[in-house]
Amino acid sequence: MAKRIDATNVTAYYGAFKAIENINITVEPKTVTALIGPSGCGKSTFLRSINRMHEVLPAARVEGSLTIDGQDIYDRDVDVTAVRRMIGMVFQRPNPFPTMSIYENVVAGLRLNGVRKKSLLDEAAEKALRSANLWDEVKDRLGKPGAGLSGGQQQRLCIARTIAVEPQVVLMDEPCSALDPISTLAIEDLMFQLKDKFTIIIVTHNMQQAARVSDRTAFFSIEKTGDPGRLIEYDNTQRIFSNPSQKKTEDYITGRFG
Amino acid sequence: MTTTLTSHRSRPPAQPPTLRARRLPKWLPPAIALGALLVAAAIVYGAGIGGPVLVVVVGALLYLAGLFAAAHAVEGRRSARNRTWSALIHSAFVLAVLPLASVVWTLFSKGLGRFDANFFLTSMNNIGARDPEGGAYHAIIGTLIQVGIAALITIPIGILCAIYIVEYGRGRFAFAIRFFVDVMTGIPSIVSGLFVLAFWVLVVSPYFSSTGRPGFSGFAAALALSVLMLPTVVRSTEEMLRLVPAPLREGAYALGVPKWKTILRVVLPTALPGIVTGVMLSIARAAGETAPVLLVAGGGAAINFNPFENNQSSLALFVYQQAGDASRYAPARAWTAALTLVALVLVLTIAAKLLARRNRLGR
Repeated sequence: MAKRIDATNVTAYYGAFKAIENINITVEPKTVTALIGPSGCGKSTFLRSINRMHEVLPAARVEGSLTIDGQDIYDRDVDVTAVRRMIGMVFQRPNPFPTMSIYENVVAGLRLNGVRKKSLLDEAAEKALRSANLWDEVKDRLGKPGAGLSGGQQQRLCIARTIAVEPQVVLMDEPCSALDPISTLAIEDLMFQLKDKFTIIIVTHNMQQAARVSDRTAFFSIEKTGDPGRLIEYDNTQRIFSNPSQKKTEDYITGRFG
Repeated sequence: MTTTLTSHRSRPPAQPPTLRARRLPKWLPPAIALGALLVAAAIVYGAGIGGPVLVVVVGALLYLAGLFAAAHAVEGRRSARNRTWSALIHSAFVLAVLPLASVVWTLFSKGLGRFDANFFLTSMNNIGARDPEGGAYHAIIGTLIQVGIAALITIPIGILCAIYIVEYGRGRFAFAIRFFVDVMTGIPSIVSGLFVLAFWVLVVSPYFSSTGRPGFSGFAAALALSVLMLPTVVRSTEEMLRLVPAPLREGAYALGVPKWKTILRVVLPTALPGIVTGVMLSIARAAGETAPVLLVAGGGAAINFNPFENNQSSLALFVYQQAGDASRYAPARAWTAALTLVALVLVLTIAAKLLARRNRLGR
């Protein structure tokens, strides 16, 4: 199921502004990789370029090569919707579709991609909601609007929505930054379970979180405002947090900078 | 900045010793209002300078002054100001509602006289100046057909145009479309009527009519109304689509949903209630137009179900013609037709809102 991601010399622009430069990273299947670094260093930009969400913004473009199991996702012949189905994404703020019920939200990805059969949808909805640890809380009110759930439940609903289309990779862009500690814990637990099936890449500002959930950690940084973000260090999480090879990483992790 | 800040900090405002303050007794403001009205009546009728309206105006001014004075004496300056401004805001609300209430009242009081079966089931065909009967059946048919066709033309084009502007349009072309839609918003209805008269009625319609000669038709009126409705639909839909948060679109894209499907299944449903409101506003505007219908549909006394041939009337045109008619029975017909027009638009609006709400989930 899970796939390996190789980024080679990835550079991303917003118009004339270069947001990240020459990022080289290999993400192994069935691992959790955390991207950390100060604000504006391009973590989210890099994350969004992995499933081609970066180009949704006007004048944004990506150079370099990004492959998933050897397939270049920026190839001219690649269908962008297929890429996004393979590489799902959870956003910083929960964004359930306001006109849809909980059930419809979960199966939105399948239904909007042409799955009609009720039994298939029901099955997928229950499976995804169980995987997202939300089933017990919502099984009696699947017809109620998704926007009526609490923030943490909404975020788990969005995770369920993402994994319902059975992606190989799940990208998470600060998924817990709008949540309270209990909901955060629920989502971190969830990441441990999802790791069995998916490759997970998570952007986080919370270093304890990175240390808790990830196997590998990539530290991004910028020289000064206006410069492109660069990958400073990429290593096993334990090593990054105990004995980083770069001075900058150590400064950031010990709180001396950023 | 810093100096003022520090000087503030060095002299903190005096704390009131208690949170309680003296308040005006509850009965006092109404009593002041009553007193103000009595005094105003005494002044106005005593001096013989006006009627009840002037009494209310003078009474309101006296009330404001009295309220301010009483509150100032008992509660202090801030409260007095608060009470006076609240009273002013409420008066502004009353002033704003007054014309509306007056219109509704006038429509009902004058329009209910002919609000009978005869009015809704007969046309003005063979009705002379001395006949008290006659109705607006043909005009209602005309309005429904013309506005219906105009809506059929405008709603799809308008919504698609707005989708293009918001979701796809980039650069000069989209900018130009937006600009021309803005320009269209300002087109007077008579100009739109003249345009359709010159373009459709005189040039195109001969090719379609059975006689081969140019002719008035309800369809021409519908075209003229479309020109008027289109910019309203485009602009209101555009505003509503822009209000749909970007994260919703991104959420759908991230699920691998193609852009067109995202727009159709996520963006449009989210914006639907607002779009419906805009469409209904444009329909209400079109239903009330007289000039273009007069110019290109010609009006008429007989029932005509065919929008593509011969004259057709409409409710607004019917009101215009009956209001100017010499017959002493005509004004009553005009009022009833006006009432019918307002009721029709109201019913359509309520129906559309209910329909749009049914699509949304119950909260």
